[in-house]
This record gives sequence, C-alpha cells and structure tokens, in this order.
Amino acid sequence: MNLMRLLRGQAAEPGWFDFPGGIHPPDNKAQSLQTPIAEFPLQAQYVVPVNQHIGALAVPCVTVGDQVLTGQIIAEAAGFISAPAHAPTSGTVTAIEDRPVPHPSGLTVTCIVIQADGQDTWRPRAPWPDWPARSHADLLQRLQEAGVTGLGGASFPTAVKLAADRAHIDTLVVNGAECEPYITADQALIRERAPTLYRGIEVVHKLYDFQRILIGIEDNKPDAIAALHAGLQALPETLRQRCEIRVVPTRYPSGGERQLIWLLTGREVPSGGLPMDLGMLCHNVGTLAAVADAVIEDRPLISRITTLTGDHLRRQGNIEVRLGTSIDALLAWAGLDTAPERLIMGGPMMGFALNEPGLPLVKATNCLLVPTEQELPTPPPAKPCIRCGHCEQVCPASLLPQQLMWFAQSREWDKAEQHRLFDCIECGACAYVCPSHIPLVQYYRAAKGTIHREKAEHQQAERARIRFEARQARLEQEAAEKEARRQQRAQAAKARQSESATAVDKASDPVSEAVERAKAKRTGEQGTPNTAPTANLSAEQLQARLDQQRDRLAKAEAKLADAAPEHRKAMQMTVSKLQQQIQKTEAQLQKAES
Amino acid sequence: MLVASSPHTIGPVSVQQVMFRVWLATLPGFAALIWFFGWGYLINALLAVSTALVAEAIILRLRRRPILFFLTDGSAVLTAWLLALALPPLAPWWIPVIGALAAIVFAKHLYGGLGNNPFNPAMVGYAVLLVSFPVEMTTRWGMPAALASEAHSLAEAAQVIFAGLRVEQTLVDGMTMATPLDVYKTETALTSAAVVREDPLFSAGWRLYGWEWVSLLYLLGGVVLIWQRVISWHTPVAVLASLALLALVFSWAGDQYMPIDLHLLGGATMLGAFFIATDPVSSATSNRGKLIYGAGIGVLIYVIRTWGNYPDAVAFAVLLMNFAAPLIDHYTRPRAYGEQRT
Ligand code: SF4
Ligand code: SF4
Repeated sequence: MNLMRLLRGQAAEPGWFDFPGGIHPPDNKAQSLQTPIAEFPLQAQYVVPVNQHIGALAVPCVTVGDQVLTGQIIAEAAGFISAPAHAPTSGTVTAIEDRPVPHPSGLTVTCIVIQADGQDTWRPRAPWPDWPARSHADLLQRLQEAGVTGLGGASFPTAVKLAADRAHIDTLVVNGAECEPYITADQALIRERAPTLYRGIEVVHKLYDFQRILIGIEDNKPDAIAALHAGLQALPETLRQRCEIRVVPTRYPSGGERQLIWLLTGREVPSGGLPMDLGMLCHNVGTLAAVADAVIEDRPLISRITTLTGDHLRRQGNIEVRLGTSIDALLAWAGLDTAPERLIMGGPMMGFALNEPGLPLVKATNCLLVPTEQELPTPPPAKPCIRCGHCEQVCPASLLPQQLMWFAQSREWDKAEQHRLFDCIECGACAYVCPSHIPLVQYYRAAKGTIHREKAEHQQAERARIRFEARQARLEQEAAEKEARRQQRAQAAKARQSESATAVDKASDPVSEAVERAKAKRTGEQGTPNTAPTANLSAEQLQARLDQQRDRLAKAEAKLADAAPEHRKAMQMTVSKLQQQIQKTEAQLQKAES
Repeated sequence: MLVASSPHTIGPVSVQQVMFRVWLATLPGFAALIWFFGWGYLINALLAVSTALVAEAIILRLRRRPILFFLTDGSAVLTAWLLALALPPLAPWWIPVIGALAAIVFAKHLYGGLGNNPFNPAMVGYAVLLVSFPVEMTTRWGMPAALASEAHSLAEAAQVIFAGLRVEQTLVDGMTMATPLDVYKTETALTSAAVVREDPLFSAGWRLYGWEWVSLLYLLGGVVLIWQRVISWHTPVAVLASLALLALVFSWAGDQYMPIDLHLLGGATMLGAFFIATDPVSSATSNRGKLIYGAGIGVLIYVIRTWGNYPDAVAFAVLLMNFAAPLIDHYTRPRAYGEQRT
C-alpha cells in the first residue's frame, strides 16, 4: 500500500493502484489541442503498404490498372493474424511495388499505389443501424474485413484480439490514458467523438458481455474527462452501471497496457502473458471508435487521427488523414519551416525516428513530431554509468536497468534474461532520468534482437540435429536389416549344409528383431510417432512444401523478434504451429524417401 | 537527418547536476563546521579539491581520455570535498593532499575511473590516512569555538596547517583536540559515564558544542537530497535506524556503551549516512539491497566504535559493505512486473 495514499486518506476505495516507478516529463500537449480535429484534403496519390499491422502481410488482390473505390479491399488478410488493406480513396492502381515504409527496421515492403480520381466514390456500403441484432460471427467478420487494428501504436489486428476465447473474459479496459508527451490524438478523439467511442464499447460489450468496463484516463485531460462523463449518460442503464471512468494521476507510462491494468485493477499481467490471462481485454479509445465506424457505418479503417506537433511546424494540431497519405505532404501542409533535424513517428519516449523522406502514413502513425533542437535537445555523449540507481527508481516493470545494461554490454545474455530483460517494455523512463545520458533502451533492444536471433539459430541447429539423428537411425536400421539377411542366408546355407531336419529357426527372427529395435529407437528419439497421414505426395513435392514451410517459419521468427511484447505470445503460437507442421512434413518426407 | 533510438528526449538531470546538488547539500553542514571549528576545514577542502583536479587531469591524460569531458563531471571535486569534510581541520597540509591522491589515483582510476570503482574513493583516502598517519588523524581536530580560550583566525589555522609543529606548541594545543567520540571513549575507560557527562564538552544543555549542529545540518542537507530525489531514502534510513537500534539496545550499561545521541550526532554518522553511504557507485542498487547495505553499515559503525580501536568507524563500515555490495545485489533483485511470486 502506498504511503502517500495512506497519508492523503485515500486508502479506502482506491480509484487507482500505484505502480512502481514512472516519470513526469513535460507533457507538451497544449500546443496541439488549440484547434478541433481538422480534415486533411484529398491528395492526388496514396501509397498503401501491405504491412500496416502485426502479423502476416496482406496479399494484394488488385492489379495495376484496376479502378478501385473508396473503402474497397485492395489487399487481403493472409492467415490468422493479419488484416486487409483498403483503398483510401477512389482511383486507379498505378503500381504495386516495394517501397520504403515507416517501420523501425527501415524495411521496404510491397505497396499499392493509387492515383486518386478526385471523386472519392465509395464502394456500396451497408450500414447496420440494427447491429445489435447481428450474430457474433457477423460482427467479427465485419471487423476483420474492416481492417481495424490497435490504433494506440502497436497495430495488432483487433478482430484477432476480439476473437479470443469468450468464456472467461469479464473486464474491458479502455485505454485513454495517452501518457506519452506531445500526443493528443486520443484526447482530441474523446473530446470530440465520445459518443462514437461509447458505440464502440457497446459493440465490444455485445461480443463479450463484460462485468466491468474500466475507462482509464490521466487527470491532465479535463476536457476529455468531461466528454466521457457526458457520453456515459447517454448509455443504456444496464451498460452504464458496468462502466467506470477512472481518472488516474498523470505519470508516464500509465498508458502502457500493463501499467494501466495495474493502475485500474491492482493486478499484474503475468510475465510473457496477455491481459486475457487475467480475464481482461484492453483496447485503445481510437480503436474502439474505429470498431464503431466499421460495424455500424460500414466504414473500414481508411483514415486515422494523427497529431502533428513540434516547434518546426507552424500549424500544430490533430488531423484526420487517409492512410497512405504522404507524410511529406502532411508536414508541408502543417507549415514545416526547414529541413528538420529529426522526424519522429510517435512520441518522444517511444516513437522512432523516420530517416527517409517520402514515407506514407500508416495505421500506426498516431503522431508526427518534428521538434527543434531547443525543444528536445540531442543527448550529449554518454558518460560512464555512475550507478546512481535513478533508472531503477523509475522503472515501471521493477527491473534493474543498470544491471541489464551491464549484461547487455558484456553480452551475458543468460544473465540479462535472468534479470528479466524480456519484461522490459522499452518505455524509456530509465534512459530519460539517466544523468549519464546512456542510451539504455538501445542496449535492451539490441540485446533482445540478438537473443531472439541466437535462439532461432539454436532451434535450427536443434532441428538439424534431430534430422541427422533420424537419418542415422534409419541407416542403422538398414544396416541391421542387411546384417540380419546376411546371417539368415548364412544360417540357411549352414542348415542346408548340415541337412538338419529341423525347420528354420523359429524362436527368434533376426530381421524383425532388428527392425523393432531400430523402430523403438527412432520413435524414442523423435518424440512424435510416425502417425501423420501420408498424403500421397512425392518426395519432391514434400521437399518443396518443407522448404516453403521453413521459409515461412524464418519469416515468422524474424517477426517474432521484432514483435512488441504484448504480441509476442500470439506470434509464438504461430511459430510453434509452423514448427509442428515442419516436423510433420519432415516425417512424411522421410517416409517417402525410405 | 539524425536517427536515434527512443527515447528522443532526456531528463533535466545530468551527472554534473547530481554532483552539484550533493555538494550544495553539504554546504550548511560545512558552514557550521567552519563556524564552530575554524577555517581549517576550508583550507583542507581547497587543498583536497585542487589536488584531486590536478591528479584527475594528469591521469585522464595518461589514460588518453577526454580531459575536459570528465573533469567537468564534478565527481573528482565531490570526492575530494567529502574527504575534506571527514579530515581533522588542523591536520598538516599534506594530509588532504595525500588523501585526495589516494582517492583519485588508487581508488578511482586504477579501477577504471568514473563509475567503475568498487570502493568509495573518499573513504579509501580517509582509511589510507588513518592507517598511515594515526597521530595527525586523531589529535588535530578543532577545539569547539565555545571551549577554545579565544577564537582563532584564518591566518592562525593556516599557520598550524602549513607550518605544522614549527609554530608554537601552545597554538596547536590551544586549537586542537580529539573528537567527542574519542574523548568519551577514553574518559569513560578511566572514570565513569556519569563523570564524563560532567565534562563541558558533553554537559551543556545542547552538548558537544557544535557537533550536533553540524550533524543536524547534514541531516537537513540529506533530507533535501531525498526530497529532490537525488538519493533514495533507503540507505540513510537503514544506516541510522540500525545504528540507533543497537545504541538503544545496549544503552543499559552507560559506562560501557555510548549513549544514542552521541552515536547519532557526535561523529561522522550523518555525513556518512547521507553523503558517503549513498555514494551510488559503490553501493547496492535495488531498494531492498540498499536497505540491507545501509543496515550493514549501521551495524558495523556500532561494532567498530564500540569494540574496535578506531575513534570513528564510518569509513571502515562503508568500505566493508562496499565489499558486500555485489553479493547483496545478487540476492536482492526485485520481483519484476508480472514475474511469478516465489
Ligand atoms: S541512471 Fe544511468 S548512471 Fe544512474 S545507475 Fe542507471 S544507468 Fe547508471
Ligand atoms: S525501458 Fe525497460 S528497463 Fe527502462 S524503465 Fe522502461 S521497462 Fe524499465
């Protein structure tokens, strides 16, 4: 129990539970809240990447030259964790090619380029004013087709999250904390579109029938809090009773999923687990509004609210932009004065620097920050760690950032893992307070990447070993059979020679014995019995399939390495499934070969 | 364009500021030292700081490190400063010089410089001095102003420090004495606690003539540091609590054991608890670790003061616990968010 709270006499019924650590950076939100959400004018060209979400890349389903309408699916979801992409406006597909996209890895990814016709003609839409009458499956399908992803920055496909096992989920946590400095997209959305947000909550509630709906918001957003309270009154009685607006103190990173859950419920998401493990779902307010638009208005996710901020921009504020809009065009519209030193997608704490011009805006772009050097000075060169422990005092995950840094520096991965490197949410609070200005988070990211890579390599080596041993076992078996046959022949010859009347040795049959032995050995080693149904495929076909699967596995593993911690579990599931499939195919291949 | 990893912003506190704030926080106590015990402290401090800066610059040069970059971090200044606060004010001039050299050269740079020293440099300097020059280190403490027959000037203090024994013996004797802890210990051995308490040094209403003021002002400075979050409360609270607890438990036999107020206010306890034990580099890191580390220091201070031969024990207690810090760290890693409770 927190001492300060006791002193303030708030011990009885807490509106919030104190989480450890946290910092209070200047919030710099006022400058982008002066004006209402603007609408960005239609552009001549849009570039829509197929990887705007976490999970498998979407597959383009249009070809160059096709006419598309606003909201039409132009790339289809592929696989369980994936989301489709839509045409942000009507026009012609002029290219499908690899282009740079805003992604920490600096990847180039397939993008669909659309030349707008200026009409912005919608595809036929079918709003569902009667949505409560629709079935769960219908609702989910609609969400899936609408391409809604988490709009807080992580972009996990919402339909996947909502398709979770419905039985033991009883709490919805609505994340409106928006603790990151500078970003005000959520605040602006609540302020102006609270009713839509509540619609979204209603839709999700229909899917789950929550016992409790906790709306968390920081106390530095009084206008948004007022809007939330006003909106709450419009809800049906039964739902209203389950909703609680919880105003939490302003402290970074209260909007981190895990921190917010702790703040609102006093419970911890288990390490490596998901809120689901606690019977909770956590959704960002922007996501919920998008859910309402998608389900009720049949408006897929083709635009989002983005905060344009930083002193290099003359016009700071929130703006609703179609996905695929050129970021350069946006910044020019906002009055970017010079070539900026830095362009950050997201906030100053967790955002990442965009290093190329000409990138498109994507689903995850919640903020574009163009700070001047005075605003956010470049950190001076790092000094040695003076072990002051400031980093540890602010770590919301109760880690020892300093120790993690030592282990990362000395490449002691096992110790880093023991010190729970993977529970680090990369919030940057430690680096913020470090008086030596050590780029701590950079160390952690690098360490995590390396560990994932090494693990993947190790797994590959392990699989190779299993394959090798299986082959070895097969060769042994063959050798044993051969040897047995030889013996048998020799025996038979002997028998013939001695013309003994007795029949062929009946007690033991060396052939079957050897086969049995080898078989036992093989199943013991492989762990999986060879019971997979052999589709009648040739060895080559199997080999091709195997290659394909390995390819996919490698991709999935690479993605797993990049995945944000909250999606890791889902990605891990995909990876392990792929691994199982590969094992199966390997087994089949072996059979086919032998 | 500049590409860097997040976060793209840094907090307001730098190493210099940390050092500067700690230094600032010692000032009230320092002023009281000068007020009550004369100018010797200032001379000591200047000697120690300039020695430290020169030594640091030379070593950085030898180690081919950027000199200004490290010299301006303030750590050498602070180390020398803290050392000077712990030295007898009227010790010969070479005492602070040797102490500062030992601190910077041996305790700091031989171990790799800023951030890498396993032992508190100021306390290493102090310990080296105490072991090598026990006489100068124990008899040259300032006579409290209230006890001295006449107040001495900066010039007189400088005379004693720089000219040493070549000045009139009476001048030295008139200005120096041992610390109250020492006096109490030697005198109770000869007479009884009741008699000793009659001594003007201990008997006035607000006893010890100045030592409590110094200690309380250190305490004030320390509280400000905690409030500014420059240091966390864990170490000092643990030091003081464990020391006070032991002093209380043993206080039944006044003749054998020092009373609690003398423990807390009579020596370097407050300086040690807030400014020395909290030295980040050489202490334990986690909050629980700091509690254990601090408690260990408190216990050791008590043990060494009571059963040891040294007049004050803060330096040795801190150094001994420096040894234990890595071990403490190993066993006190906090439970991370979401980690299973064990
Ligand atoms: S805040 Fe920086 S200097 Fe202080 S202990 Fe942590 S890493 Fe070291
Ligand atoms: S970045 Fe990681 S280690 Fe640093 S404060 Fe955040 S969670 Fe803790």
